[in-house]
Amino acid sequence: MATLAAVEEQRKTEETALITGSEAIAVACKLADVDVITAYPIRPYDTVMQYVCKLVSNGEMDCEYIVAEGEHSQFEIVKHASAAGARVFCGSSGVGWMYAMEALTVTPALRIPMIAMVGNRALDDPGAFGVEHNDALTVRDLGWQLVWVDNAQEALDTALIAYRVAEDRRIFLPCAISCDGAFLTHSQALVKIPSQEKVNEFLPPYDRGDLLLHPDNPITVAPQGNEDWVMEIRRQNYAAMERAHGVIVEAYADFERIFGRSYGNPFFEEYMTDDADIVLMGMGTLSISVKVAIRQMRKEGKKVGFVRMRWFRPFAAEELAKSLQRFEAIGVIDRDYSFGSPYLGGVLAGEVRHALYPGAGKKPPVLDFICGLGGREVTVPDVQKMADSVYHAADGKAQPLTQWIGLRE
Amino acid sequence: MGRLFAIEIIYRGIFQKTLATRLSRSIVLAAHQEGKMGISFGRYGDSPERNGIPAKNFAIVATDEQTLQEGMAKYEPKEVDVTIAVDDTLCKGVESWAWYGLQPVNRLLKPGGTLIVASREGPEAIIAMAHRKETPYNLAIVKGTVSFSGLWVYKDDHTDVRILGAIAKVLPDLFSLKSVQKVIMDQWQDPVKAESAARAYERISTTTVRTDQGNPEVPYKFDFPKWHEMGEGIAIPSIPAGRNMEDPVSHVHGGFQPDRNPTFKKFSTRTMRPVVNFDTCIKCTLCWLHCPDSCFDVTPEGLYDANMQACCGCGVCEAVCPVKECVTMVNETEFGDNASQWEAWRNDKEGYQAWLAKKIESHPQRSHGFRYRGQYEEQVPEMLEIARKG
Repeated sequence: MATLAAVEEQRKTEETALITGSEAIAVACKLADVDVITAYPIRPYDTVMQYVCKLVSNGEMDCEYIVAEGEHSQFEIVKHASAAGARVFCGSSGVGWMYAMEALTVTPALRIPMIAMVGNRALDDPGAFGVEHNDALTVRDLGWQLVWVDNAQEALDTALIAYRVAEDRRIFLPCAISCDGAFLTHSQALVKIPSQEKVNEFLPPYDRGDLLLHPDNPITVAPQGNEDWVMEIRRQNYAAMERAHGVIVEAYADFERIFGRSYGNPFFEEYMTDDADIVLMGMGTLSISVKVAIRQMRKEGKKVGFVRMRWFRPFAAEELAKSLQRFEAIGVIDRDYSFGSPYLGGVLAGEVRHALYPGAGKKPPVLDFICGLGGREVTVPDVQKMADSVYHAADGKAQPLTQWIGLRE
Repeated sequence: MGRLFAIEIIYRGIFQKTLATRLSRSIVLAAHQEGKMGISFGRYGDSPERNGIPAKNFAIVATDEQTLQEGMAKYEPKEVDVTIAVDDTLCKGVESWAWYGLQPVNRLLKPGGTLIVASREGPEAIIAMAHRKETPYNLAIVKGTVSFSGLWVYKDDHTDVRILGAIAKVLPDLFSLKSVQKVIMDQWQDPVKAESAARAYERISTTTVRTDQGNPEVPYKFDFPKWHEMGEGIAIPSIPAGRNMEDPVSHVHGGFQPDRNPTFKKFSTRTMRPVVNFDTCIKCTLCWLHCPDSCFDVTPEGLYDANMQACCGCGVCEAVCPVKECVTMVNETEFGDNASQWEAWRNDKEGYQAWLAKKIESHPQRSHGFRYRGQYEEQVPEMLEIARKG
C-alpha cells in the first residue's frame, strides 16, 4: 500500500481518473492529439465514440470527428485521411467490424498506420452483445497488428504504444486493440493519466514521408497491378510485420523509461509461471478469473501458472515456445471458435500448437478449452476444471483435445 | 512425349471477341476430330476488355493428355506455331492494358512459324508494319475487309472459317480441311461457310519474312524490380500536370500539353485515327471536351492537336465536331508514324492540306463498332464478295 504522502506526490505529475477501458482509449486519442476520428455506433465500441464526442464538445480535444453512414465508410474515411498525413482513430465491434471488411483488407495493403479499437463482441446471429474474439481475429492474416488488453490502464498505455509502433516508418501497418465487451469496455477502473509532456516525448508526430498524398507530392496510390507485381507487394508487408517485433520491443522499453511503468515481456504476460507444473493460456479479461483460481489452486498445492497473450500479430512464436517448453502440459482457453479447424479447436490453441511444432525442444501436450463465448462468465470453478484436465494430460492420462467448458450439458 | 501445338489469336477487345472465341474453340474442336486433346482460353489479364485494346486468345493442342499438360503448365504459351492477327493494324504492335509497353506482333512465333493476318493489304504493307524478328517466319494473308462486330452482335462475314481453312493449309499436322469443315457443319450447319473455308484453304499462300525485313524499331523492354527495390504502400509517382506547347515556327509558347504515361502509349490501341483540318477549325473546344482519353493538346493559337500517344481511335471527336470534314477518322493502316499533325501544318500548310486530302480520300472503310440498324445486312454481302474475289 502506498502511503498517503506518496499518493499526493504522484498526483502532482500524474492524474488518476475512474474511467472505463473505452474511455481510457478515448483519453489516449486525446493525448496522442489524433487528427481525424470516424464513428458509427455499435455496442460495445460506441462507448469510445461517445467519450471522444464528449471530449470534442467540451473543447478538450481538437479533431475532425465524422460520423459515417456505416462502418465501411467509417474505415474508408480514416484510411484516406491517414494517407493524407492525418493521425487517425477508428473502431467497431462484432458484425460492424465485418461490414468494414473490404476497407480493413486494403488498409494494411496500402501501409496505413490506422489505430482501431475493437470492442470484442460475438458475431451475429444471434444478436448478442457479449464478448467473443472472432471479430478481431478475422483480420489476423491481412497485415493488421492485433493486441489484446485486460484492464483500462493497459488499454490507455497500449493505445499510445500502438501509435508509436504503427506510425514507425519501418512498419506503417494498422493496429487493432481488442477490448473485451462489457468486462473492459463498460467497467470503470482507476487509471493513471500520463502528462501531455511525457506523451509528447514518447510519441513523435506522424510523418508519412514520400508516401504522403498531397498536391506537392504527386503520387498515385493503389493502381491496378497484376501477377507481375502482387507477390513483391505482399513480400513487403511480410517484411514490415517481421520488423514489427523489434519495433514493439523498442517502444515498450521507451515507454518504461518515460512513464516509469513496465509491462515486462511486451508480447505475453506470465503469472506464477516460475515454479509452475502446468499453465493455462488466454487473451483478454478472462485473466482475472484465471488468476483468482490459480491463487486458490496454489493453496491446494497445485502449481498452476498463466500466460496471457497480448500481441497476437505479430505472434512472438520463438519466445512463447521457449517459455512453454518449461511446463508439463498447457491448456489454452479460447474465447473464440474455428469450426472444422484441426482437432476442432479454437484459433489461439491452433496458433500455440503451431508455435511449438518447429522447435527442437520438448513439446508439451496442448489442450484446448472453448469457454466464455458470447460474454458468458469464465468462472473460477471453470478454470479449476480446466487445470485438472491439464494436470491429467501432464500425467499421461488421455484427455479430449478440445473441450467446451461452462456449457450446459 | 507427343507433339504440342500452340496458336495465339490477337484481336481487338470487344469488337472481335466473339470472332477470337470462335477461332480458338474451333481450332481445338477441329484437332479433336483427329483425336487430339486441347484447351481454348482468353488471356486472363485482358479482362475486363476495352474497346479495341489488343487482347489474346490461345488454343493449346496436343497429341495426348500428358503432352497437353506440358502446355497447360504454363500460364500462357512462351512460343507459338501460329499467330493470328484478326486485324491488320495489330501488326504495328500489341499492348493490352495489362501489358508493358508495345510488343511485336510476332514476338511469340517459333522460328519458321506462320503469322496469319486478316487484311486487304499486300505482304509489303504488313511486313513494314511488323517488328523485325531475329529468325525468319512466314506470313499468310487472309484477304478481306477486317471484321469488326459489337460484343453482343456478331457479323457473320466468314472471317472465322476462312482463317480456319488457312490454318489447315499452313499447319496440316494440326488438322485437315476435312476436320475444319466437319466442325463448321457441327457448329453452324452452314455449307456456304464450309465452302468459304475450302476456298481460303486453296488460295492461301505464304511469304517468308527475312530477318532484315520489317520495322527496325527496338521494342520497349525493362527489368522487373526486386521486391526490396520497389516503393512501399502500392504508391507510384503520378504523371505530372503538363506544360505549354511551343510553336515550331514562331517559337511562341502557349496552350497546354498534358504529360502522359511514359510507358503505356496507345499507339497500337487504334484501328483508326482522327485527321484534323486546322484551317477550318472554329476552336469550339468540343473535341477536346468530349475526348475520353484527353488526347487533344491545346496549341498556342487555341487549336486542338490529337496526340497519338493518347488517342484510342474511338471517333467521338469526329462525331461531335460541328464543321464538315474538320475531324475525319482514317484507317490506321494509312499511317507510318505518330507525329504531330499540327506541327506538320505549321511547317507547311499547303503540303499539309494535300496530305490531308489524300488521307481522307484513301480511307476505304471504317473499322470498328456497330453504328446503325441494318449495317451488317449492308456490309456482309460486300465483305463476302471481297472474300470471294480474294
